[in-house]
Amino acid sequence: MLQDRDRIFTNLYGFQSPFLDAARKRGDWDGTAHLLARGAADIISEIKASELRGRGGAGFPTGLKWSFMPAERPAGQPAFLVVNADESEPGTCKDRDIIRHDPHKLIEGCLVAGFAMRATAAYIYIRGEFVNEARVLEAAIDEALEAGLIGRNACGSGYDFDIHLHRGAGAYICGEETALLESLEGKKGMPRLKPPFPAMAGLYGCPTTISNVETVAVAPTIMRRGASWFAGLGEPKNTGTKIFCISGHVNEPCNVEEEMGIPLRELIERHAGGVRGGWDNLLAVIPGGSSVPLIPKSICDDVAMNFDRLKDVQSGLGTAAVIVMDRSTDIVRAIWRLSKFYHHESCGQCTPCREGTGWMMRVLGRMIEGRAEPGEIDLLQEVTTQIEGHTICALGDAAAWPIQGLIRHFRPELERRIEACRRNARQAA
Amino acid sequence: MSQSRGRPGAPEHQPDTFTFTKANLEEAERIMARYPQGRTASAVLPLLDLAQRQAGWVPVAAMDMVADMLAMPPIRVYEVATFYTMFNLEPVGRYLVQVCTTTPCMLRDSDSIVEACRNRLGIDFDETTPDGLFTLKEVECLGACVNAPMVQINDAYYEDLDAGSMVAVLDALARGETPQTGPQGGRHASEPQSGPRTLVGGD
Amino acid sequence: MAETVTITVDGVEIEVDRRLSLLQACELAGAEVPRFCFHDRLSIAGNCRMCLVEVEKAPKPVASCAQSLMDGMVVSTKSGVARKAQRSAMEFLLINHPLDCPICDQGGECDLQDQAMGYGTGISRYGEQKRSVQEKNFGPLIKTAMTRCIHCTRCIRFLDEVAGVPALGATGRSESMEITNYIEQGIASELSGNIIDLCPVGALTSGPYAFVARPWELVTTESVDVMDATGSNVRVDSRGREVLRVLPRLHEDINEEWISDKTRFAIDGLVRRRLDQPWMRGGKGLEEVSWERALGAISQHLESRDATRVAAIAGDLVDCETLFTMKRLMAAIGSPHLDCRQDGMAADPDVRASWLLNSTIAGIEEADACLLIGTLPRREAAIVNARLRKRWVAGGFSVASVGPADDHSYPVTELGNVTDTLRRIEAGESPFADAVKPLVIVGKGALARDDGDAVLGAAARIADVLGAIQEDWNGFGVLNVAASRVGGLDLGFVPAPGGLDTAGILNGAGSVVDTIFLLGADEIDTSNLRGAFVIYVGHHGDRGAAVADVILPAAAWTEKDATYVNLEGRPQRAQRAVFPPGDAREDWRILRALSGVLGVPLPFDDLDSLREAMIEDVPHLGVIDSITPAPWRPFGSTRAMSDEPLVPAVGNFYRTCTISRASPTMSLVTDAFLPGVAQSAPCS
Repeated sequence: MLQDRDRIFTNLYGFQSPFLDAARKRGDWDGTAHLLARGAADIISEIKASELRGRGGAGFPTGLKWSFMPAERPAGQPAFLVVNADESEPGTCKDRDIIRHDPHKLIEGCLVAGFAMRATAAYIYIRGEFVNEARVLEAAIDEALEAGLIGRNACGSGYDFDIHLHRGAGAYICGEETALLESLEGKKGMPRLKPPFPAMAGLYGCPTTISNVETVAVAPTIMRRGASWFAGLGEPKNTGTKIFCISGHVNEPCNVEEEMGIPLRELIERHAGGVRGGWDNLLAVIPGGSSVPLIPKSICDDVAMNFDRLKDVQSGLGTAAVIVMDRSTDIVRAIWRLSKFYHHESCGQCTPCREGTGWMMRVLGRMIEGRAEPGEIDLLQEVTTQIEGHTICALGDAAAWPIQGLIRHFRPELERRIEACRRNARQAA
Repeated sequence: MSQSRGRPGAPEHQPDTFTFTKANLEEAERIMARYPQGRTASAVLPLLDLAQRQAGWVPVAAMDMVADMLAMPPIRVYEVATFYTMFNLEPVGRYLVQVCTTTPCMLRDSDSIVEACRNRLGIDFDETTPDGLFTLKEVECLGACVNAPMVQINDAYYEDLDAGSMVAVLDALARGETPQTGPQGGRHASEPQSGPRTLVGGD
Repeated sequence: MAETVTITVDGVEIEVDRRLSLLQACELAGAEVPRFCFHDRLSIAGNCRMCLVEVEKAPKPVASCAQSLMDGMVVSTKSGVARKAQRSAMEFLLINHPLDCPICDQGGECDLQDQAMGYGTGISRYGEQKRSVQEKNFGPLIKTAMTRCIHCTRCIRFLDEVAGVPALGATGRSESMEITNYIEQGIASELSGNIIDLCPVGALTSGPYAFVARPWELVTTESVDVMDATGSNVRVDSRGREVLRVLPRLHEDINEEWISDKTRFAIDGLVRRRLDQPWMRGGKGLEEVSWERALGAISQHLESRDATRVAAIAGDLVDCETLFTMKRLMAAIGSPHLDCRQDGMAADPDVRASWLLNSTIAGIEEADACLLIGTLPRREAAIVNARLRKRWVAGGFSVASVGPADDHSYPVTELGNVTDTLRRIEAGESPFADAVKPLVIVGKGALARDDGDAVLGAAARIADVLGAIQEDWNGFGVLNVAASRVGGLDLGFVPAPGGLDTAGILNGAGSVVDTIFLLGADEIDTSNLRGAFVIYVGHHGDRGAAVADVILPAAAWTEKDATYVNLEGRPQRAQRAVFPPGDAREDWRILRALSGVLGVPLPFDDLDSLREAMIEDVPHLGVIDSITPAPWRPFGSTRAMSDEPLVPAVGNFYRTCTISRASPTMSLVTDAFLPGVAQSAPCS
């Protein structure tokens, strides 16, 4: 188990004040100027060496992503860091805790990351429902500005860097980075065609990098403690610490920062009070937020919680939101509810997702009660593959995968319900 | 989104005009200053939100005013206002009770929360109590999943609910009180219910 | 020559311009790539996902419409992966599409129908309830059936990008996304009808044409439009004796593939208020008479008259053949009083550059600045305005206007509407910082005034001062509004030495002039004509016919083979799609017959010999679809301009001529979009 001294988010639960004095006591803003003095290239190479991977779900190597920003730009052209705080993936509530309890980690991270990628300003796009979280963050930004930590000559570094907070207004799709940019530009959150990628033409057509709250917020600590410290946690390419959100059928749902790669069972039993009714009462777990396929108990027994291990079992770490389902769960309804979510959140722009999410939701909705033909399981599977890989953004994939996971691991349950329904119909007739 | 968003809702409620209060106008100008010159369209979400905070919902006249302020074609503002679910396109009650029923909340029995709200308020989703106090709405994941089930009422989250605490919150609001927000079961935030097992000091 | 790349499409290696999209390159390679949202004149949306193809080394199928080319790309449009992607998109598009083809006006010319044949499965696997979507009010021209919409957003993009009237959007999201104007106020763009053509399904169809005909019942005739001076290329679809619809025909240098709403929808005016037999004024007013009697009466009237007291005014829709014949007839009679400018628009009859849009329409795209003088192109030549907008969208184009302010559909620096501003520009106060290829476009609002010649002169000098006149660039242009005008001026249908112009004829009616031919001339003040013997040759019972003593019924533009010269100076031919109604005859034949009755028979009696004579007179009229550049030399007057402000030339875009005034559709649309404009507002 991760030692408290290796935890980055030491005010995760908010027992202390989120604001500057308390944050400084927690080590934030300690020698930031010195850190910036190491230079942009040095920061990027340190982050690369830490093997930090993006905490928003896709797990792209962060140092590499930050290095995509053009080193030279035409005079007067701005470049932006955009922080993705549109935390909306069902099961996920980690960024919320960073923002409301440890906002200076994020703000200092913005400065460090922004400096490293030569950005001229940062916009933090926070989901609109997080009204109170936004208030805390805004107050923290204001006091950082007041203290000279950001803004003109940030931390006395000679570098000018403004941070603006931008509230969304209720759209999961804005967590997709180009949809987020569209939204930030005052449009509907409809993902852009790529290329061009944001590093070349992002916000207002300028070079832009979008990073998740947690990714940005851990950067200063990595810089202070060194890449080797971070890389020493977990296993290669799956390093560091991670905030896990454990929800659903556990005795004590909670957020916890743990070492990357902690076994799922240990995570649940040590931190979340175990599965309701004991480990053997476990049915399945969605290990990385609603977009990743579920894994049944047999896999849960010994899977480790990192990007590559979960990929090996045809799932993913995603946002590390662990949704636990015990044997009382109506597994078809649980996955149908996710289908309903994706149907509701599809932006409507491209055909397969706009039309396909409703189709899948309706078929699966009937299957809760078994009102379906046996062949419709294959049809449903086929529809998921007709969406997957055919859409502008990854929401189509995200809508398809939970259903694929259900069919992969619970096909007999689907067949049982269909058969039972047909039997009842025959008896009624 | 129970109804078509292809045309304005509640024509009988649509005011002919909408203007910001002086204070909100100042706030709007402050918001617009956050964005680079010529990029004030970026302020459309915050300005619509401001209008909603003033009127309780977003009438077409408010959209038109925002379009005018930001030099946007009105249709672009209509698109935005109808795309984002936080904008109420029809009047709502004083308390907008938004119940999350997405899977993490569902697993923690959000069904019972929905039932409690329906029974206590006597209304279904997308309806408003006759006294204009409460509107009930089903919403998607609000990002407080380890404190499920939860609801958002206006700006505040109420977490770790059960039917009893849900009704207690509604009762308090109905009485004009300000109930405690956040977890209703006694914990502080997202730590385990029995107390934090990490970050406990020492070590 | 643009840089090229070599790619392989379905095994065929091809070298193509690297600026093309992969979809376009695939087509050049002979591959068929299905698509709905892609349109080569609109921005790329990439939303329909029909054009997915497999690209070697790409992890997923690629939307070819949005994919740029890279050398060495290996592409398959027909592989299993590509076909699955295409068929998937097709199935998704169809699941919520109603099966109402039998009652859909798009039937038979529907992209969805066509492509479903190639990429559909023939059976539906979707057993759920289909979506239905409320109809929208897009105004009287566009009928909606939004349940059929496949959300390709072509209509939205057209209005945003080409028309510059962002009236439509997609509201809501997910399955409940709707294409709408949200507030139910129609689409107030002069180009709105083009979204009917762009709609790949039957969601947007023509309101007036609803349930009128099926495409396979129609006979198509290629022609050119006369509703303004643009000369938009059109196809006229007819059944029997009636023109049922007009659609654009591609002409890159004129209208691209757009037409104005007046061009498209005024056609129901072709069968209303028609003059379909000769009339004569008798004791009890106008009476129907035979051709023989009508022509005889004219002959009888002229016998006792002095030929120099005869005059002719040509209207806005008159073709070159008719103008030429009339001019010859006037010469044969011996009268110098003729004019093709019923609005009195100034031009120097000796300098062709003084009445042309010398830059050409396509040439607008080369300009980097434009000064509008007394013109609202959006109302006067909507298609030319679309080109101006296109130039503005491309960037680096500033437009300023001296004249009435308007919503031009692109930003314009309004310099006010006083002539003094022109004096100041002429004196060197350029509205443009550093224009290399400026345009100066002068309109009817500047030239159809008592001091029109002075404004024309000032405009020409301004063109010189601004640098619009260069060796290989003539940026001076007149924006004519009448389809007949350039042809008339080219033919010299202007007062002969000692002759009166339109104003002179009208003022002298009943005194110095006692017999007046009105060739479809209706946009004039007819109140003075009571004292004269008026012979109206035309097709509609409008203002001119109302004051006529003899009415000779003629053919409208869809009823004759005729030459028109557009505002660029480009001769084009209209072709007969239907026969004139009743006893109406082609105009030139009427005049030719009259010449015989008058004893001065003109030396041609068929169209070919007429054209031969006409082309001998004005050779460039024989060079169809080609512009003969007009040499530049000074023109216009140097006298002072009056201080009268410049006013709009077109009050109601929808009703500017006898056909559009007779059109019930144009009347409806006026009520819908121009509620403040009187239906009968005069055109000049």
